[in-house]
Amino acid sequence: MSNPYQPDSAIGRPERQVVLAYMATAGAVLVLMMLLGLIMRLSQGELLGVPPQWFYRILTLHGTGMVGIAGLAGAGIMWYFLRQYVELSLGVAWANLGLFLTGVVLIILGIAVGGYAGAWTFLYPLPAHPMGMWSTWGAASFLFGLLLVGVGFLLLHLDTARAIIGRYGSLGKGLGWPQLFGHNDGNAPPPAVVASTMVLIVNILGLVSGAAIVVMSLVNLYFPAFEVDALLAKNMIYFFGHVFINATIYMAIIAVYHLLPRYTGRPWPSSNKAFLGAWTASTLMVIIVYPHHILMDFAMPEWMNVMGQIISYTSGLPVLVVTAYGAITNVHRSEIRWDLASALLVLSTFGWAAGIIPAMVDATIVVNQVMHNTTWVPGHFHFYLLLGMIAMALGFMSWLVKTYAGNTDTATDRVAFWVYALGGLGFVGMFLMGGRDGEPRRYAQHLAEWVPYDQAASAFAVLVIAATAVFMWRFFAGLRRAATAPVPA
Amino acid sequence: MYQKAAWQVSLIGIGLIAAVYVLVYLSSGNPEEFGTVKKRMYAIRPYWFLALVTLGTWMSIDTLADLPYAATHGKAEQPADITVGVTGHQWYWDMDRTEIPAGKLVAFRVTSADVNHGFAIYNADHQVVAQTQAMPGYTNVVRHTFRRPGTYTVRCLEYCGLAHHNMTKKITVTPAETAAAPHSHAPSAT
Repeated sequence: MSNPYQPDSAIGRPERQVVLAYMATAGAVLVLMMLLGLIMRLSQGELLGVPPQWFYRILTLHGTGMVGIAGLAGAGIMWYFLRQYVELSLGVAWANLGLFLTGVVLIILGIAVGGYAGAWTFLYPLPAHPMGMWSTWGAASFLFGLLLVGVGFLLLHLDTARAIIGRYGSLGKGLGWPQLFGHNDGNAPPPAVVASTMVLIVNILGLVSGAAIVVMSLVNLYFPAFEVDALLAKNMIYFFGHVFINATIYMAIIAVYHLLPRYTGRPWPSSNKAFLGAWTASTLMVIIVYPHHILMDFAMPEWMNVMGQIISYTSGLPVLVVTAYGAITNVHRSEIRWDLASALLVLSTFGWAAGIIPAMVDATIVVNQVMHNTTWVPGHFHFYLLLGMIAMALGFMSWLVKTYAGNTDTATDRVAFWVYALGGLGFVGMFLMGGRDGEPRRYAQHLAEWVPYDQAASAFAVLVIAATAVFMWRFFAGLRRAATAPVPA
Repeated sequence: MYQKAAWQVSLIGIGLIAAVYVLVYLSSGNPEEFGTVKKRMYAIRPYWFLALVTLGTWMSIDTLADLPYAATHGKAEQPADITVGVTGHQWYWDMDRTEIPAGKLVAFRVTSADVNHGFAIYNADHQVVAQTQAMPGYTNVVRHTFRRPGTYTVRCLEYCGLAHHNMTKKITVTPAETAAAPHSHAPSAT
């Protein structure tokens, strides 16, 4: 049995420190955003009185914060493993974090003081139509904050592009195309490089689209005569939003590829055509699948919405057939060393694979027509984010402090894992059941028929938050030692 | 009802995946040489991959035949019996008419005077029966035939600001016979 806690000698202490800073920031904000989520569910469940103007501000902050920290945590994971193969810039990594934190300050200011409550999707032209609910400067502060966060990530991905091209020669080689389309010599880049190449391609496109519509919205705020076509704006926003949130999972999965083999003692090679083909296919599919967010925009060209449905189906295949199945093949009868980290990483592949089932169902146009923007939607995205992406990040964080700070699991950790997994399932289950029964998402108040789901979801949310608090307490307890531990010779 | 089908398909899919994970978890402490495991697992992979592709193809063919977009693009084969103009405002619905006879094909021509809204029609069981987006600068046409008389509620399903959750409008669907023959006593529900 290999030792899963062998520190990596290929990454220096300053590099490890920036990764820890990413994960610590993401972890701290995660708990705060979960608490905001709980407040919303309690309010919908009529267990807490939150005025609508504050409910929608909390909704906006929760969504923006969660998407932001998912990006940050995913980037931290990607950076940790990618840095072991290519020369990434430490300065750019810190600059991204600096821009992120500056953006967060502006976003919080825009929401809490400026009153902005136009949701994280800032769907044009809503920011300019507050109807007295928020100030123009509040909306501008939010949008400019978002722009700074986006610029930070853009810099990061440009840096990963530079480093991957520098080492491997081209992005095609980073995706392992010579081995995929030609003779497989067994020398395809490792999973971290393949995944990072995919992510940089899709995220640069997504971020540029997002930044463009943010700037257009900013101009529209102060010069209303400058108008944007509402459907074009929607396409740009959902293209950006879809790509960015998906990229967080495609970055975080790198932890599974690189850590699970250390727990099972079995390799997870990237140099096979199924793996490389899946990642190349996902690169294309993540870019073209976004119309499934706007299936109810009947004015869209019909072929785009049909494509949105079909590609939604096909994009589930690499996840199920390659990644989730690869994970269980790696674990099956492996005598895996179970600890909090490995348990969370395995759970995360389940959360991702299972969560895409209700998502694919929702992408079916005739289903979407009766379920779009019900709580079915947060039901599926919380499934693959809470039990998928976030579980990947939590697993990686647990592994970091075990490896670099000597943390060991206690009975509390084991209990916390099951509380997180089962509480999380219950939590997303309430969204899905509510959606099945017509419960609208993003509503400050629900009909009495939907309130029981909100109340049960609140109870499950308490469980998830309690478990996450345990994970964070353990992580922060080992953070200083992990940051100062020597690099192995 | 698509909601029920969506729930059942999801439950089966999630349940199957969960069952596989539980089995793998339970047998994880019972070691076997990786080469043997890999060979066995990879041998069955093409079969369930093909099964998924078949399922997806069948679902696509089955569901893509009846899309709701034709009327918006002026390509509807059958003309609507009744056309209702709908405009979303922050935070109310402006509608040409709110009384509609059952059994008639109704085309709702939906637009917005300000921001994006979601025009969703709920039946008395709080289920969405049809929806489309209400967008400034565009008119989306959603067609629906009300089968059951009663009160339906239009709700906004695209977040549009402070009173988004209160943006409702009632539609009264009268028995089919009332419109055709107001004094008929025949059963009304179809």
